[in-house]
Amino acid sequence: MYQWDFGILWSYRWLFLNGLGVTVGFTVVIVLLGLVFGLFGAFGSLSRFQPVRLVALAFIEAFRCTPILVQLIWFYYALPILAGVEMTPITASALALSLYGGSFYSEIIRGGIVSIDKGQSEAGAALGMTPGQSMRRIVLPQAIKRMIPALMNQSIIQFKNTSLVSVLAVPDLVYQSQVAAHDSYRPLETYTAVAVAYAAILIPLTIIVRRGEKHLAVSE
Amino acid sequence: MSETSKIEIRALRKSFGSNEVLKNINLDVAKGGVVALIGPSGSGKSTLLRCINLLVVPDGGSVRVGDISFAFGDGTKLPDVKSLAKFRATTGMVFQHFNLFPHMTTLQNVMEGPVTVRRMAKADAEKLARAQLAKVGLAEKADQYPATLSGGQKQRVAIARALAMEPDVMLFDEATSALDPELVGEVLNVIQQLASEGMTMVIVTHEIAFAREVADRLIFMRDGVVVEEGPARQVIDNPGEAATRAFLSHFHRTGALPPANATS
Repeated sequence: MYQWDFGILWSYRWLFLNGLGVTVGFTVVIVLLGLVFGLFGAFGSLSRFQPVRLVALAFIEAFRCTPILVQLIWFYYALPILAGVEMTPITASALALSLYGGSFYSEIIRGGIVSIDKGQSEAGAALGMTPGQSMRRIVLPQAIKRMIPALMNQSIIQFKNTSLVSVLAVPDLVYQSQVAAHDSYRPLETYTAVAVAYAAILIPLTIIVRRGEKHLAVSE
Repeated sequence: MSETSKIEIRALRKSFGSNEVLKNINLDVAKGGVVALIGPSGSGKSTLLRCINLLVVPDGGSVRVGDISFAFGDGTKLPDVKSLAKFRATTGMVFQHFNLFPHMTTLQNVMEGPVTVRRMAKADAEKLARAQLAKVGLAEKADQYPATLSGGQKQRVAIARALAMEPDVMLFDEATSALDPELVGEVLNVIQQLASEGMTMVIVTHEIAFAREVADRLIFMRDGVVVEEGPARQVIDNPGEAATRAFLSHFHRTGALPPANATS
């Protein structure tokens, strides 16, 4: 029978905290950047101009339909050779994860916009609004409300996806726990603690998302 | 007639795919005139109405409202979004399904056009919006959201929203078709009041008795063409075409308007 000893992890607390800080900070960056890419992807895929639509759709499908682990490795090892630019592991993984998240955000944002009844933008147009005005004043305020739960869900997935950056030696929570596991010869305790840390952050967040969904169901 | 007409439509054509919904339509509406468009569903009457404010862009022909005109067809450039928006700001439209903005109060719905399109100061827009709401008998509903209103009240708010742009022309697209029967009267009353104030209007409707009362001209459409056109009472009471007669035989053509509770 295995003798659990979690006490041994205490001496690695700064390492873990450091890793957790990188994980959280990284998530914030890739969620924000991902939303920017998502906005471009969504509006691009709704554009009146076909070339713009095609570029946006190519971006969305390329990143949705390839594994994120492959993208991370490709951005770090292949892209520098193709583009002739050196990237640090952090830049490469931030870029890959943001674009990956952005492709999913694109679909959520696009779906939210097209879910608004066409009569709404028609009413805006009939008042004399330009398409931009009716998007800003009429469609988006209603669409954003519908997008929020799905965007939150995708962001939670993004938080978990940051664990993959350890393959590029980005010092996130998983990477630091690998260091701790090798050093302490206690991988079971280490990875159990890491799993608990992820869950401790995500469970409250999922509860908030679920509340948001219920609230949305009531208000419509 | 073109000298004094407010709306002038010439040789208008529109197809959706291979389906030709408007075939060479001509239409004149005098200043202050009220034209009722009737016909079976699929006759093209709603499409024609939507071509007047270019919510539907025609394939050919020309549309003029007031001083602004557009030509369509081979060799013409489609109007850009800015001039389209400017053009639409001079016409008000009321939809079958109201299309109120659900994230705004009644008052905000009515203020939206003046503030966003006419760049009116908020205080002035609010004054104007309250006056328009009072006009349709809903002053006390200003701070409620559309979801809390009845269908008839929603449609009256939609009329107030259109009127707040102070349009020269009002277009009604089956404004009472989605209403419970007992709520039709309050909306028709508001439209009738507008007619008596001299508003130029084009009304797509299935309320034949109402059209007979309010419209001075009536157009019967079928399969994308104007079958018959003339003074409303004359066409309704003595239709000249067999198709018009057959269509009108489904309706009560006379009688009082449904009772209105305009203050409800």
